[in-house]
Parts: sequence; C-alpha cells; structure tokens
Amino acid sequence: MREVVEKKVLSENDRLAAELRQRYRDENILCVNIISSPGSGKTAMLEQTLASYPKNTSLAVLTGDLQTDNDARRLARYGFPVRQIVTGGTCHLDARMVTRHLDEMEFRGPGILFVENVGNLVCPSSYDLGEAAKIVLLSVTEGEDKPLKYPGIFHRASLMLLTKTDLLPHVEFNPQLALENARKIHPEIEFIALSSRTREGFPEWLNWLRGLQQKVQMEAAAAIS
Amino acid sequence: MHEVGIAASILESVEAEVRRRPGTHVEAVGVRIGELSNVDKDALAFAFEALTRNTPLEDLRLEVEWCPRRQKCLDCSQQFVVQELDLHCPACGTDKTSCIGGTELDVAYLELEEPCAKS
Repeated sequence: MREVVEKKVLSENDRLAAELRQRYRDENILCVNIISSPGSGKTAMLEQTLASYPKNTSLAVLTGDLQTDNDARRLARYGFPVRQIVTGGTCHLDARMVTRHLDEMEFRGPGILFVENVGNLVCPSSYDLGEAAKIVLLSVTEGEDKPLKYPGIFHRASLMLLTKTDLLPHVEFNPQLALENARKIHPEIEFIALSSRTREGFPEWLNWLRGLQQKVQMEAAAAIS
Repeated sequence: MHEVGIAASILESVEAEVRRRPGTHVEAVGVRIGELSNVDKDALAFAFEALTRNTPLEDLRLEVEWCPRRQKCLDCSQQFVVQELDLHCPACGTDKTSCIGGTELDVAYLELEEPCAKS
C-alpha cells in the first residue's frame, strides 16, 4: 500500500529558515549567504567589505568553520559584532545553527548580516538560511569550469564574485570563459570581478549590496502596507 | 559529503510516520532527487544503509527517483529536459526559458505493509 508523503527532505531546516526570513523582514536585516571552495577568499573579501563601512553602520558577521575561531578573530578587528560558528565537522551551516548564534548576538536591524558559510561548494547549497541572496565566490586560481562541475550552487546564487583578480597577470585564467560557464547553468547570474588586495571591483560590489538592501526594504514595506 | 545528514532526515520522516500509525511496517521510502540538488545517489544509498543497520528499520528499502533538470519556454510554453547544458527551447529556439525541475529533494511516498486484521 502506497502512502503519499510529499514533503521536503529538509522540511525542518526550511521551517527554521522561514522563521529567520520573517525575522530579517521584521527587523529590516539584509542577510547574504556567502559560499565558495576553501581558500577562494571569503574572509579576505569580508575584511575589505567591513573596512569599507563607517564604524557606526549596523553590520554583523556569522562565520562558519569546521574548527578554529581564526576567521572570527580576523573579522572582529573591524569593530562589528562577529561570531564564529564551529560546526565540529559538519560541512555546511544550517538554519538551526544560524538561529542559535544570532540569538546570542547583540545585533539589531536595520543592517546587513553576512553569513560566511563553511568552505565547500556542494553541501551549503542545499541548506536555506533565510538569506535574501546566495553569493558564490570563484577565485582566479581555480578552474574556469567550476560552474559546470558544481552546477547546484551556481544555479542558486544570485551573484558570482570573481576574486583575486590582482593575480590574473600570473595565472592562466579566462574570466570571460568562467562567466560563460556560470551563465550556461544560470543565465541570469550577476557578475562582479574584484580583488581584496587592490580593492578593484569593491565599488561595484558595495553598490550591488546597497541595491539589494533597497530592494529588500521596499519589499518589506510593500508587505506591511 | 552531507548525504549522512540527508539520509538521517529521510529516516526522521519515516519514523514520524511510523509513530503516527503504530504497528505499521514500512517496506520502502521513495525519494526524489534532482540533478541540481547536490546529493549523490550512491553516497546517499551508502549512508542510508549504514544508518539503518541493526535498527528496526534495517529492512527498509530506499527507492530513488532521479530528476533531471527541466526548463519551460517562456515564449511557447514547451517543457523539456536539459541535455548537455543547453537551455535553449528545442521547439522555438529561444533562450528565454526558466527552470521548473531538477532541484527536488523530497520524500515522495512510503510503501506500507497492509496491517493484519486484529483478531
């Protein structure tokens, strides 16, 4: 006898993510979920991003790693609230971990919450964290075909950041080919190339964040009225 | 390698169903896995077997329906399975198509043994 169930395997995570999404809407928080392979420059990019804002801006970072609080210590130097989520071996962040650490944090909207996921292009893409956008990083020391090898995350990400562009003169990497590959998977994916060392591309990245924040605020206002 | 977590979530769904109807024997659980879900079928089967071994669900079968990426044409409404990453509509040739399948990660059904009539 067949009994129809029809529910998401990760329905419990989805339920908690929906609660987070509602909380972000109520508190006027823009949450972005930052995903890449280990070593693509998520933390360096976030350091330069935090350094771009006046100290009185409302920003916070949750950073995930299997072990150590090295990233949180690096990011805390910029004066904004930062918490390390040590997953103890788990290869991704889930909505429960984010909820728990957010509860322990002194952070109120309106503002931006950066969630730096565990370095991994596979597992984090399955777990909704209530974010307004997933952002995938690809560095120029990786292969241009990564979007084809890891289609799941490039399909779900709103924005692809090509990082470490200061190294382009030294490596054989074709940015146009990387973008073409990403758009084979996700034709609408947006694209910004940047360097956390020279800050090339940072004006565009910060502008993209500002645009998304305005969009989220307008949607929240429309939902209320 | 998050298939262990995925397998554990599937088993939680089965156990919840068993609690709802005591005495029911579940023979199989059917799941749908999309090409874009980032779940590997073989790793999932391996994790599922490891997690059920020496438990009351040891005999539970995992039935996987693999779902390829599907698109729908925004111009002519043609639906098609994506072959070799080509997102163009095979009917009218436009590239204006949107994704309608391939991200599935669902528990679809359970196969239950008919309960014996109580004597």
